[in-house]
Amino acid sequence: MTLDKTPIGSSVRIVSIEGPDFLTLRLMEMGMVPGAPARVIKSAPLGDPIQVCLGDYHLALRRNEARTITVAMDD
Amino acid sequence: MSAATKTFPGSKVRPSRLPDLHQTLTVAVAGNPNTGKTSLFNTLTGLRQKVANYPGVTVESKQGQWSVATDCLVRLIDLPGLYSLEATSIDEQIARDVLLGRTSKIAQPDVVIVTVDATNLIRNLYLATQLIETGLPMVVALTMFDLAERSKLHIDVQKLSEALGVQIVPVVAKRRGGIDELGQAVLTAAAAGSRQKPGWQFSISGQNQTSSVSNLSRESWQELLTARYRWIERVVSETTHNDEAKQPNISERIDAFVTHKFLGPLILVLVMLFIFQTIFSWANLPMNLIDHVFSALGAGLRAHFPPGILTDLLVDGVIAGVGGVLVFLPQILLLFLFITLLEDSGYMARAAFLMDRLMRAFGLHGKAFVPLLSSFACAVPGIMATRTIENPKDRVATIMIAPFMSCSARLPVYTLMIAAFFSGQKVLGFISLGAVMILGMYLLGIGVAIIVAWILKHTLLNAPSPPFMMELPPYRLPNFANVAHTLLARVGVFLKQAGTVIMAISILMWVLVTFPRASATNAGSDHATQVENSYAGQGGRMIEPLITPLGFDWKIGIALISSFAARETVISTLSIVYKVGDDSGADSTSLVAAMRNAKRADGSRVWNPLVAVSLMVFFVLACQCMSTVAIVRRETNSWRWPLFMISYMLVLAYVGSFVAYQGGRLIGLG
Repeated sequence: MTLDKTPIGSSVRIVSIEGPDFLTLRLMEMGMVPGAPARVIKSAPLGDPIQVCLGDYHLALRRNEARTITVAMDD
Repeated sequence: MSAATKTFPGSKVRPSRLPDLHQTLTVAVAGNPNTGKTSLFNTLTGLRQKVANYPGVTVESKQGQWSVATDCLVRLIDLPGLYSLEATSIDEQIARDVLLGRTSKIAQPDVVIVTVDATNLIRNLYLATQLIETGLPMVVALTMFDLAERSKLHIDVQKLSEALGVQIVPVVAKRRGGIDELGQAVLTAAAAGSRQKPGWQFSISGQNQTSSVSNLSRESWQELLTARYRWIERVVSETTHNDEAKQPNISERIDAFVTHKFLGPLILVLVMLFIFQTIFSWANLPMNLIDHVFSALGAGLRAHFPPGILTDLLVDGVIAGVGGVLVFLPQILLLFLFITLLEDSGYMARAAFLMDRLMRAFGLHGKAFVPLLSSFACAVPGIMATRTIENPKDRVATIMIAPFMSCSARLPVYTLMIAAFFSGQKVLGFISLGAVMILGMYLLGIGVAIIVAWILKHTLLNAPSPPFMMELPPYRLPNFANVAHTLLARVGVFLKQAGTVIMAISILMWVLVTFPRASATNAGSDHATQVENSYAGQGGRMIEPLITPLGFDWKIGIALISSFAARETVISTLSIVYKVGDDSGADSTSLVAAMRNAKRADGSRVWNPLVAVSLMVFFVLACQCMSTVAIVRRETNSWRWPLFMISYMLVLAYVGSFVAYQGGRLIGLG
């Protein structure tokens, strides 16, 4: 499953990032490393971008970017 | 753990035994955005700071003096916020280049203070560990320490300090807590000199983590990056503990309203409405006051100085010019007060979050929303507010379209035209035609702005959109001292940079309407004759063939020329050429009557509703504001963009007026 398809409110773990290098690098530097826990908080009123809680902080990213992030449901 | 531990005395502070060589010590404050970096910088330097641009770019450079001890002054640099040494924006590049000593223009700092947000340790330590690996003398300032304590997060500072190999000083900038300790730590680090590389290992097959990722395979840097985060997570879990289970986040609860599907946009509208109301109406009082003070000053000078060219220059050129600049101050102050509050409280990021989808449709960034909306009050502070947009091309695109937002200076022009030609008329029986016209002018500006933004983003400013990744920082109460600092800096920039250009242009405009002097026999007797014979008057006649297709005669031409400096002067100029006294305002009945009765040489009327519409369209689209030009020059750091802006907006204004006037005639209006 990718992050943009993750239902609002669910907790996931990052599996991998498949985007172009510059994007993957920045996402990982912001803490989206494999194994890191993430929670999809909400999407903006027009459906995009989405707000993700990453460890101790919140990050907004567009669905285009979220699509490159593979996640697994946390259970 | 590493050799570095020998060079610092732990979190206990030792009195400095350092000689006076620190007179010239350069210390840089670096850290992630939203970590209280600027707040710390302001606390350390107080008012002894100056804001400038880094050479060649528009990134702001803030430097100040910090008296660490009574006899020790340090040069402090506030670097732009950065998330990593792998820079993705100009801001980050500059911070990195200064830190790594890669720029010849700014010396590499002797000591680096890294701000680390205690409430967001893991991500903050990512940059901190990168910086520690550079071996530069370093001190970590643990900010938001009080907030961490309050949320029952306990950090073993001593232990964390040992793990990282640098001294850590908890600071609470607001209360100056930890400031003396930070000073001592900086001096100690400076005396110890460069440190040995830290003890941790993130290397794979001989590759060192500090080498740029561009030399590594994708797998390698991903592995290194993950290893670094794993290491940080382990260190943080070993050095911190939470007394209670994680409490529900306050910011999340505020966000439940502020970025709610329906409430969010509503709150945004209300916030902007409040700001607008303030800028439009509350700013009026101080603006009128400034206006009156300068008029009185001019009148006073005229009364006490012998009449002559010098007095005219002083009164009509210098004083009127300076007054014309200062009159913007209340609006700029108020708008920046609000923008700083929105920024520091964390709301600005939410506004961008709400608006990003809509702005993206025009190729712009969510962060362009507030500057553009502010430009409805005045493009000058709006353009200054684009600094929050990191991507330079997005920023220039936003600056280029900001003047299309109908600003408060256009309102008097619209008001005059409507008073003269559309008053009392109704649409559908109950809506005032004037209101519809004004709304139409606002919409015209917005529509053209959207098209221009789209074209610019696909031509001159074409670039792959940088990923939209924006931290939504926790809500925080803005710090009064910080807000005051930002306001002072903004006002200083406006007065110094815009002031000089505006003064020069207003003197030029004065020359254009004053020379050549009317013949000696009636010199000074008739202001209107003087204006008609001046260079501006001659210019008006010269451009008459050009503006006839727009429905304008040469008298309107004079008004157009003089309104290049500032739109609202069109009214005083029209008053002069129609000889109704140059102190009448937009609601002047005598000016309205004079315009309605004005005749061309062939006896036909100059003005009709269609000419009024054509003129309004011209005012919507033309860049007739020297303050805007001056501020664009300052914000883009070149004359290229302001000149481009003047020219393309002039072309658009001409085409717009032409289409309005000729189109109107075709369908039988006018």
